[in-house]
Amino acid sequence: MERIPILKMGEFLLVTIQVDMHDRLAMQLQDDLTDRISATGARGVLIDISALEMVDSFIGRMIANIAAMARILDAQTVVTGMQPAVAITLVELGLTLTGVRTALNVERGMTLLRSLLDEADGVAHDAIADREDADVGAEE
Amino acid sequence: MSVLKNDLMPVRTANDIVVVRQHVRALAIELGFSLVDQTKMVTAASELARNTLAHGGGGTARIEVVAANARRGLKMTFEDRGKGIADLELAMRDGYSTGGGLGLGLSGTRRLMNEFELQSKPGEGTRVSATRWK
Ligand SMILES: Nc1ncnc2c1ncn2[C@@H]1O[C@H](COP(=O)(O)OP(=O)(O)OP(=O)(O)O)[C@@H](O)[C@H]1O
Ligand SMILES: [Mg+2]
Repeated sequence: MERIPILKMGEFLLVTIQVDMHDRLAMQLQDDLTDRISATGARGVLIDISALEMVDSFIGRMIANIAAMARILDAQTVVTGMQPAVAITLVELGLTLTGVRTALNVERGMTLLRSLLDEADGVAHDAIADREDADVGAEE
Repeated sequence: MSVLKNDLMPVRTANDIVVVRQHVRALAIELGFSLVDQTKMVTAASELARNTLAHGGGGTARIEVVAANARRGLKMTFEDRGKGIADLELAMRDGYSTGGGLGLGLSGTRRLMNEFELQSKPGEGTRVSATRWK
């Protein structure tokens, strides 16, 4: 069966969607990405859709699902390169892609992913620090 | 309204949806629609074709180039003999879905096109048509 390739770049996974995807291919990508995140421990997923001429509710849902799944597996997702006509259409369709971060192109997407990761790690540190503070407080 | 071109296509497999989308894109380009309008029509076709397949058990897509009042337009009609829709108003509501979808296909398509018509009878099937004028 035909598959969309997933590239590994350091701690990130990179997917470039270049074909007009039929529904099964989109589902397959969702499954493959989830498998790869858990197999590699990747911390970030970048999905470039600059070649996509259309995003309908099905593909939109797939993107949102990938982002949700990635989050559970402790990875951030960024979608890059959405064409303006696609963005306009998505808004009119009513699809908001909540929880999905976007960037203009792959380069900016990479930068965003890195800062999201730093932020996530920073927050984790803060949480531990908070707990230690709380423990100290409890002992007193 | 006169019909200048009329193509009947099957909607039986996931790949048929792709073929319908590509046909709508080609006709929209031929008619001189802007890129944004093309994208809206292709997205509408994709939503309606998927409904025909997923909810209606498969059917047909009729893609027409139409003319009225010195304007040309693209009309798409999707038809199936599936289970039909009991409450049309409810089905047209944003967020209403019986299949775990986002419930945006019908309501969103109405926003993307200029004209929209939904006919359905439970147990007999569904026909949706939508037109966008140039
Ligand atoms: N051809 C059809 N035959 C039977 N029921 C239909 C048909 N088209 C739509 N429906 C009904 O109308 C509901 C709303 O359709 P709509 O396309 O708006 O949402 P959805 O298909 O459930 O989700 P989405 O399109 O956002 O993925 C569907 O859940 C289904 O119950
Ligand atoms: Mg639908």
